[in-house]
Amino acid sequence: MKKMRIKQHTRTNFLTYLGVVAAFIIMNALSANGSLSRSLTGQLVPICCYMSMAVSLNLTVGILGELSLGHAGFMSVGAFSGIVAAMSLQSLIPAAPLRLAVAMLVGAAAAALAGLVVGSPVLRLRGDYLAIVTLAFGEIIKDLVNCLLVGVDASGLHVAFNLTGSKTVEDLGMQPDGIAIIKGAQGATSTTTIATFTAGFILVMVTLFVVLNLKYSRAGRAIMALRDNAIAAESVGVNITKYKMMAFVTSAALAGAAGALYGLNFSSLQATKFNFNTSILILVFVVLGGLGNLWGSLVAAAVLTVLPELLRAFSDYRMLVYAIVLILVMLATNNPTIKTFLNWKSNGKEAA
Amino acid sequence: METILKVDNINVYYGSIHAIKGVSFEVSQGEIVTLIGANGAGKSTTLNTISGLLRSKTGSVTFLGEDLGRVPAHKVVSRGLALVPEGRRIFLQMTTQENLEMGAYTRSGKPDPADLEKVFDQFPRLKERRRQVAGTLSGGEQQMLAMGRALMSRPKLLMLDEPSMGLAPILVEQIFEIIQNLHDAGTTILLVEQNAQAALSVADRGYVLETGKVVTSGTGDELLASPAIKKAYLGG
Repeated sequence: MKKMRIKQHTRTNFLTYLGVVAAFIIMNALSANGSLSRSLTGQLVPICCYMSMAVSLNLTVGILGELSLGHAGFMSVGAFSGIVAAMSLQSLIPAAPLRLAVAMLVGAAAAALAGLVVGSPVLRLRGDYLAIVTLAFGEIIKDLVNCLLVGVDASGLHVAFNLTGSKTVEDLGMQPDGIAIIKGAQGATSTTTIATFTAGFILVMVTLFVVLNLKYSRAGRAIMALRDNAIAAESVGVNITKYKMMAFVTSAALAGAAGALYGLNFSSLQATKFNFNTSILILVFVVLGGLGNLWGSLVAAAVLTVLPELLRAFSDYRMLVYAIVLILVMLATNNPTIKTFLNWKSNGKEAA
Repeated sequence: METILKVDNINVYYGSIHAIKGVSFEVSQGEIVTLIGANGAGKSTTLNTISGLLRSKTGSVTFLGEDLGRVPAHKVVSRGLALVPEGRRIFLQMTTQENLEMGAYTRSGKPDPADLEKVFDQFPRLKERRRQVAGTLSGGEQQMLAMGRALMSRPKLLMLDEPSMGLAPILVEQIFEIIQNLHDAGTTILLVEQNAQAALSVADRGYVLETGKVVTSGTGDELLASPAIKKAYLGG
């Protein structure tokens, strides 16, 4: 019986990986024979980023059970640190794929650090404090990047904060051959775009691998136990703060990597892109796909990123459509008939 | 008999409220010791202090010769001290067996099937329900599960915080029978109860707490016979 159960989740995981690989191959084939529209081709990388964002947020919200409203903030940290890394390493690492990988690692590290700073005071508390603090964090990051000036020249990186609103790139004091990477409110302009769909695919696979392995590990058990009941978890010897931090920082780091890829996919990117709406959008993916259900997050992220493009004519009603879809999903998943059907199906699987 | 837990003059505060005022007691190997008292007497606060969730300003808690004053709450279990928290805190979304396996969390490697069998021998009802999601168990079964989970860590001292709370009289009887069985099997138990009658009838010794102080102590039979206790806790 026990074997069966393990088999079932292993099978689900395997099918999730398989689905991502199949989608990648199909999309590649379609774009090779030119049957993808231009707008859809342009969306392939962002879709991968959003998928990865949704899976990583699911780790915090679904598996750890803490509400985070600032996931876009971590994406922002990852995006801009990734852009800075990629632009300043241009001469040092000429190979674009390697530079992209390094930039994504830098983005992940920076976001993990931000996660550590945000999480270490808040995750010691019990209650909805994480939601409040991450919400503020997202806004703070947006404002900080808005007044951030970064440039690079032969002598290294130049960083300045345009707090008074009077500074410009000229104040960085760069040599004439220097390039400005982040120009305050204008954001990152003239970024060399090195993001590829293949990199996006690898990002999604790595994210899935990390989150699935964490979920079904000993640490994952502890994380889900403390979600169920923190006091009981502590009474059996689970170090609550440590495991909360582990889940939250992992989630932030994955969001940072996704952010770096996202940032390097556009030649121009502003901090306002990663606002509260983006955080909520990712949360919608997670809730729609099902809390703790990773393949659900993938599907929801893909569908809800493509849908607005397909429904461009109704773009004014986009938020309305989201709301309606959310309500319908809630109704459907709480419908006794559908529930019985799903239970019957999964029981059938277990017996098979 | 060897003393395994020694609580010496602890004072615990909730902000400015002085909840525990110089409480001292000890538990010896193989005993059932009960702390009884009314609501707000400080019974649960005392247990939480022993298990490291709260800290005492003075005095010490010594378990098997080690001062627990600096040991964080999650490390206390690995020292051999298991707490069954008040109100049957089980993992509702896990199955009965997964709950029990979580009890062995601090021990490395896979849970020992022998431990699981031992718990199932003690609680045959849990064996019937081993695949069932714990949230669907009845109150009594959940209490048994919480106790079984604590036993999975092979504790040298089992602390029970109001195991009879919110259960029907017949189930209360069953729970106390189980406590008696565990005692006969050699488990040392520190039992916190409001149900003084039931607690004192299984206990070797008892301490009566009132507004944060130990007011009386004695063997279970002595306390049951004491007129003052009868009047205050047993309804004449």
